Amino acid sequence: MSGARVEVVGLSAAHGRSRVLDDVRLDVGPGGWTAVIGPNGSGKTTLLRAVLGAHPHGGQVRVDGVPTTAVPRRERARTLAYAPQRPVVPEGVSTAEYVGLGRTPHRALLAAPRPADRQVVADVMARLELTGLADRAVATLSGGEQQRAVLARALAQQPRVLLLDEPTSALDLGHAQQVLDLVDRLRRQDGLTVLSTLHDLTLAGQYADRLALLSGGRVVAEGTPAQVLTAEALAGHYGARAQVVTGPHGPAVLPLRAPGHDRG
Amino acid sequence: MTAAPAPRLLAAAPARPRRRTALVLSGAAVALVLSALAGVWVGALPLPPGAVLATLADRALSPLGVDVPGGLEGTGAAVLLQLRLPRVALAALVGAGLAVSGAAYQGVFRNPLADPYLLGAAAGAGLGATLVIAHVPATPLGPVGLVPLAAFAGALLGVGAALLLGTAAGGSHSATLLLAGVAVASFLAAAQTLVQQQNTDDLRAVYGWLLGQLGRAQWSDVVLVLPYLGAACLVLLLCGRALDVLAVGDDEARSLGVHPGRLRLLVVVAASLATASAVAVSGLIGFVGLVVPHVVRRLVGGSHARVLPVSLLAGGAFLVLADLVARVALAPAELPIGVVTAFVGAPFFAGLLWAGARRR
Ligand SMILES: Nc1ncnc2c1ncn2[C@@H]1O[C@H](COP(=O)(O)OP(=O)(O)OP(=O)(O)O)[C@@H](O)[C@H]1O
Ligand SMILES: [Mg+2]
Repeated sequence: MSGARVEVVGLSAAHGRSRVLDDVRLDVGPGGWTAVIGPNGSGKTTLLRAVLGAHPHGGQVRVDGVPTTAVPRRERARTLAYAPQRPVVPEGVSTAEYVGLGRTPHRALLAAPRPADRQVVADVMARLELTGLADRAVATLSGGEQQRAVLARALAQQPRVLLLDEPTSALDLGHAQQVLDLVDRLRRQDGLTVLSTLHDLTLAGQYADRLALLSGGRVVAEGTPAQVLTAEALAGHYGARAQVVTGPHGPAVLPLRAPGHDRG
Repeated sequence: MTAAPAPRLLAAAPARPRRRTALVLSGAAVALVLSALAGVWVGALPLPPGAVLATLADRALSPLGVDVPGGLEGTGAAVLLQLRLPRVALAALVGAGLAVSGAAYQGVFRNPLADPYLLGAAAGAGLGATLVIAHVPATPLGPVGLVPLAAFAGALLGVGAALLLGTAAGGSHSATLLLAGVAVASFLAAAQTLVQQQNTDDLRAVYGWLLGQLGRAQWSDVVLVLPYLGAACLVLLLCGRALDVLAVGDDEARSLGVHPGRLRLLVVVAASLATASAVAVSGLIGFVGLVVPHVVRRLVGGSHARVLPVSLLAGGAFLVLADLVARVALAPAELPIGVVTAFVGAPFFAGLLWAGARRR
C-alpha cells in the first residue's frame, strides 16, 4: 500500500445560498501531510467533506490524477478514509465492532468479518491503546477515547489517503501527540497521504509538512509551516495576538495577552 | 460528539457478541416452535402436540408410502389443518414481518421509537379498508377479499406519498422523511375518520378490522402474503450489515462505500412492503414492531446484523402467543389481537424500561 497524490482544483462549495469555498487549490504529494488551518467557520470541514465527495461542489478532486467522481464508491472507500469532526456514535455497538466497520469496503457487503479483518482491527486497536476497551459500548467511551476509536476505524480501512477533521480536538496533550505520532509514522512507513484540519496551530506546525491557511473561503497562504505561520498572518486572519517561536520541528505559536493588563 | 437520538432505550453492547447471538438465535427458534405447538394445541378442541406431530408426519410421508400411526382423525384433523395451522402460520408470518420491519425502520431512521406504521402504512391501510367496508357491498373477490387488497394498496400508497413528499422536500435526509410520513399519516387518518363518521353503520366492522384479527385466517391468506412478506424480509435481513454502517452517520457511511440515500430507500420500501402485506391479512396489530426489536436489542446489542434475524423469530413467536391469549382469555369470545399485544406488551415494555433505568 502506498500513498496517493491528492489534487484539489478550482474547488467551490456552498451551504444553501452562501458560498463557503471559492476556487480552492491544493496539492498533497504521496506521503505528504497538509494541515488545513483557518479560523472557525472558514470552511475547513466543508473542504474535507467536499474532498470526500459528501458535499456537492464545483471543480475537481483528483487522486493520482483520476477524478474521484470517476471511481466506483467502494473503490473510493478503499482509497479515502474520513474521520469527522463530530462523529455519530451508534448505540449498543462495541468498540471492536465499531472499529471493524472500517473493514466494510474490503469485503462483500453481505459477508461476515473474516479472520484477516479481525487481525487488522486488533492491530489498529493495539496501536491506539484501545484493546482494553474492545468490549465496551463505544457510546460509553470518553470523548477522547471515542475520538481514538473513530481514528482506529479510519485506519482499519487501510486507505491510501486519510482525511482527518480535527483529530485531536478532544485529546489531552499526551494522547494528541501519540495519535499524531502514529499518523506521522504511518505516512513515513506506508507513504499514507494525510489531509487534516488542526486547530492547534503549534501541533499543526510541528507535524504537517505543509499548511494551507483558509480564510473567507479561499486559501490565502500555502507553504511550509514556517512560511504560513507568521505573527502577521495570525493577526490578520485570526484576529489573534501571538508570538511565533521557532522550535526544532517547526514553529510553535505562543498566545499573548493584550498589552496593558499587568497582573498584580 | 453527537450520539444517536433518544439513546436511553437502547442496550449496551454485549461482551462476546457472537457466542451470545448464536445462543439467543437458537433460543428464539425454539421459542417459535414451542409457541407454534402451543398455538395449535390450545383451543375449544385441544389437539395434543404428540397427535399433531404424528398427523403432520403422516401427511408429509404419505406420498412415500409411509404410514405414521397415532395421528388425528375426522374433526380433529380438520380443525388442525383448516383452522389452527393456517392461523398459527399467519400469526407467525405477520409477527415476523412486523418485527423485522420495525427493527429496520428504527435502524434506517436512527430512532428507537420508529415503528413500521410510522410512514403512513397504517393510516393508508386503514383508509383503504374503511372505504371498502363502507362503500362496497360485502362480496369477496374470489378467494381474496376486497378489504385486504384495499388495505395493501392503501398502505403502499401511504408510504409512497410520504417518500415522494420527503424526497421532494429534502432529499434523502431521514428527519425530513420522518416528518413527511407524519404529515401523510395524519392526513390519511383524518380522511379515514371522515369516511367512518359518514358511515356509522359500519363502525363495528371498521373497528374490528382496525384492532387486528387473525380469526378468519385461511391457507389462502398465507399463500397471498408469503411471496411479498418473504421477499421483503429476505431483503431486510441482507441489509443488516449495511444498516450497521449507516448507523455511524451518512458521511461516514459514504466514506465506507455505502450510499446512504439508496440504502434508506431500499430498506424503507422493503419494510413497507412487509408491513403492507401483514396489515392486509391481519389488520393493524400494534406494538409488535416496537417492542420485539427493543427486547432483542437488550439481548444481543445494537448491531442490525444480529437484531434483524433474532427479531424475525422472536416476532413470530410473540404474535403466535398473543393470538393464543386472544383466543383463550375470554373464550369462547375472542379478543382483538391488537388489544392483546398492547395489553400484554405495554406493561412488559414499561417493566423493561424500569429495569433498564435501575441497572444504570
Ligand atoms: N449545514 C450547514 N448549513 C448552513 N451553513 C453551514 C452548514 N454547515 C456549515 N455552514 C457554514 O459554512 C461555513 C463553513 O463551515 P465549516 O464547518 O466548514 O467551518 P470550519 O472551518 O470547519 O469551522 P470550525 O473551525 O469551527 O470547525 C460556516 O460559516 C458555517 O456556519
Ligand atoms: Mg470544522
